Amino acid sequence: MAIKTTSIAQGGDGGRAVAEEKKGFRLNVFTGLIVGVLGYLFGHWMGNAIAGGYQQVVGSGQNDVAILLGFIFGTIGWFLGLGILNYPIQKMAGIEPPAEKYEYEPGVMKYFRYTLDNKVVGIQYLFGMLFYFFTAGLLAMGIRTELLSPTNHIWGPATYLEIVGEHGTMMMMMMTSVVMGPFGNYLVPLMIGSKRVAFPRLEAAAFWFTPAAYIILLSALWQGGFQSGWTGYAPLSIQQGVGQDAYLFSFALLGFSMITSSINMTATIINYRAPGMRWSRLPMIAWGMITVAFTMLLSVPILIDGLYVMGLDRSVQTAMLYAGHGGSSFLWENLFWFFGHPEVYLLALPGFGLTMEILPVFARKPLFGYRTAVAGMVGVAVLSFFVWQHHLFQSGMNPDMRPLFMLTTELISIPTGFIYLVGLGTLWRARMRFDVPMLFMLAVFFNFLFGGITGVYVSDVPVNVTVHGSYFVMAHFHYTIMGQLIFAVMGAIYYYSPLYFGIKLNEKWGKIHFWTMFVSFNSTFLPLFVLGLLGMPRRVFEYAARLQHLNQWVTISSYVLGLSLTFFVITFVWQLAVTRPKSPLNPWQSRGLEWQVGYPIPPGNFDKIPVILSGPYEYGDPNALPVADLKPVEPSAVGVSSGGEI
Amino acid sequence: MTTTESTSEFTQAEGRSHVRKIVGIWLVVAIIADYFVWFVYGPHMPPGAMTDQARGQQFDIKVISVLAIPVLLFLWTFGFYSIAKFRGGRDRPDGYYVKGNVKTQTAWYVITATLVLFLAGFGTYELIVPAGAGGGEGPSPIWTPSTPVKLVVQVIAQQWRFTYRWPQFGGMETTSINLPVNTQIQFDVTSIDVIHDFWAYQLGVKADANPDVNNVAYAKTLQLGRFTVRCDELCGIWHGAMYNYGNVVSQQQFYNWATQMQKQNATVTKLLPKFALTYTPSYTGAGGGYYPSGDPNGTTA
Repeated sequence: MAIKTTSIAQGGDGGRAVAEEKKGFRLNVFTGLIVGVLGYLFGHWMGNAIAGGYQQVVGSGQNDVAILLGFIFGTIGWFLGLGILNYPIQKMAGIEPPAEKYEYEPGVMKYFRYTLDNKVVGIQYLFGMLFYFFTAGLLAMGIRTELLSPTNHIWGPATYLEIVGEHGTMMMMMMTSVVMGPFGNYLVPLMIGSKRVAFPRLEAAAFWFTPAAYIILLSALWQGGFQSGWTGYAPLSIQQGVGQDAYLFSFALLGFSMITSSINMTATIINYRAPGMRWSRLPMIAWGMITVAFTMLLSVPILIDGLYVMGLDRSVQTAMLYAGHGGSSFLWENLFWFFGHPEVYLLALPGFGLTMEILPVFARKPLFGYRTAVAGMVGVAVLSFFVWQHHLFQSGMNPDMRPLFMLTTELISIPTGFIYLVGLGTLWRARMRFDVPMLFMLAVFFNFLFGGITGVYVSDVPVNVTVHGSYFVMAHFHYTIMGQLIFAVMGAIYYYSPLYFGIKLNEKWGKIHFWTMFVSFNSTFLPLFVLGLLGMPRRVFEYAARLQHLNQWVTISSYVLGLSLTFFVITFVWQLAVTRPKSPLNPWQSRGLEWQVGYPIPPGNFDKIPVILSGPYEYGDPNALPVADLKPVEPSAVGVSSGGEI
Repeated sequence: MTTTESTSEFTQAEGRSHVRKIVGIWLVVAIIADYFVWFVYGPHMPPGAMTDQARGQQFDIKVISVLAIPVLLFLWTFGFYSIAKFRGGRDRPDGYYVKGNVKTQTAWYVITATLVLFLAGFGTYELIVPAGAGGGEGPSPIWTPSTPVKLVVQVIAQQWRFTYRWPQFGGMETTSINLPVNTQIQFDVTSIDVIHDFWAYQLGVKADANPDVNNVAYAKTLQLGRFTVRCDELCGIWHGAMYNYGNVVSQQQFYNWATQMQKQNATVTKLLPKFALTYTPSYTGAGGGYYPSGDPNGTTA
């Protein structure tokens, strides 16, 4: 059960009512949409007024200035209509905003409003992310359908590339938040013993960027799409129609979402840990979140800069990404991959955080090599900034630097290997329980192994000559992202449903979902390695006739994968909305602090700030202290340093 | 290592027995798998052996495979063994209380680091010695072939086709490509609009075609045969249809073909711009000075 807030008093006094709530009409997603549309129309009108006479606009009939200004004002309108800007505007105007109040709010309307409760934001993110994931997944079905035949076409080549671009961009931008949004925001305060997050407004705003980005990105389909793929290489992306503006603007919006979300996550984990929550006791999800947050904070601004440059080249005819006129197509490649490669790891790290969090619960053993696990995550995060040019080995750019980037890329195998050591060590002489979440976590290790090992091939420059830009690379990153991240997320949904919704999802249905998804996933993506090695490039709608059988196998497997995920959606929604199979408290017998607060989680998470007494993974030690004292008498007497307020 | 009374059932002897079984199973399957990879599948691995560079890439794939497959199999053996043996249940006590093991962890760090450093060193050697391994080396390659280049082929990519210019044959341009066998070849790859990639799969050559950049790649042909050329960077709507085929033929056949093409194309060659390493695109992104009559923004050749 979530709670309703209108705002939160200064100083983190999350649980206390300090003012009367205003009754009556409250801003919501519908008012956001209305004001957003008005904002778009205003921006578009302004763009036409400003740039309607540009030679380029008159000549081509395409006014990118109007489209981009429409998106900018549309987004501002969306935020105004949701009430997100009320607080900063009031503050700037010197008006003291009304104080906040926490209380239970029944019904679902709270999920359609800007709200400051980390648990409501977590649920908003969960359903938002699932929605975006399934949209992009549906587009993937479109791609695979086209590839049933090497010569007969379902879509034209333009539509095919629109679908490819939409699928890639949607997945790569949205899935950056698939763990931090639903799990980081919801769980981290509970796990570190905090009543709140550091910056609830930033956290909530981070979510509301995502529907705007989703709508704008999809709108490209009605504007001719963009045929540049998610990588948006210039000058192709400069050459494209207005669909490319939707790409660059929505990606930038998601960039802002990642930054705001990361600022909040970093500040929360550093400052809001309860007494006794030492760094050596920090749960793995929190480690995953803080490493990802740092990675995002340092890499995403570069993406936004690159998109800004692309926007200028497209709208006001600068030539920064354009060869021969003072610019260079290499500039975009560098800016994009300086973000793009850390991004790949910031998709992987949260998945590992979830996996290492859940694995000990079902292995009934402590996490093996806790410090090694942390070193692995930090190592991956740091090294991720030194590898981006491995995407450009054949580009002709800095060819003498290739040995260095080969080395740095291969070095990443070492911290990633740490995580495997932790996984194997945790399974060693365990007493494994094969509930559905555990099956997904084991599958994470199985799948990522293919992704990791093929990464060694891709990073070797001579082998890269054969596999760069081929289906081999495509299979490689789908194994690391879908095989790892999405499997971890699915397992986490089964694992955390009792805590989030008070229901325990049906074990039998869960196992049907798991096995069909696991088998069809591997059946879809394993043959793609072979297709790549046999010479099939990415993003083509026609391919060699000799590759048809393998492609058909892959397409049929992908349909089964789609059906498996559909089965999950149906069973999940059915159990959530109709049958609601009641779960006992803490059905997995987890030691995690988040499971100790009971269901429904009280407003402000804890009555009193708990005192952490031991680590979360002390399974198998009968003398282990409970993870925390939830009703400490005199917490300050414990004498353990803490950033969290009491 | 910490043990408690609940874990007293986990004896060291039992642990060693598990280790022996895991290592035993792993060794057997790893040796069999490596044998098949190296001797049975190895000679047929992509991209083949049509050039020195392709053969080098094939060798690298084989070497990485015989190192990677035992790693994969070790993790599988350990994982599946654990799943089979280390099972629990709601009514069973928790597992072995162990939070780390210095020896195991140190061995792991050392082995993985050694493997990774070896692979990086091996990859660097295999990159430098075969002159860039067939990959694009930019305008001023620092790793050049030990034997002199006999043939220069300029690959000009544009939306959505490849054309080839032959500076040693009067700067003629062809839409098809034939290459002589046993010849050291230099490809000068460039684009006159967006980024493309010249991927001659069987030749083991891949180089991005960037506007305003000359990207050089080398290959030494060793075998006769047909090869596929595909664009390997997304370049717009007809990217999927941007491919053609070429042949590696005998040196005499090549010479006959090239001189015949030179004669046949003489009238067209005169209209082409002077041979250059790059051709600047126009503001419209199409052609630049390359096709002056069709491009109002282009400079005349």
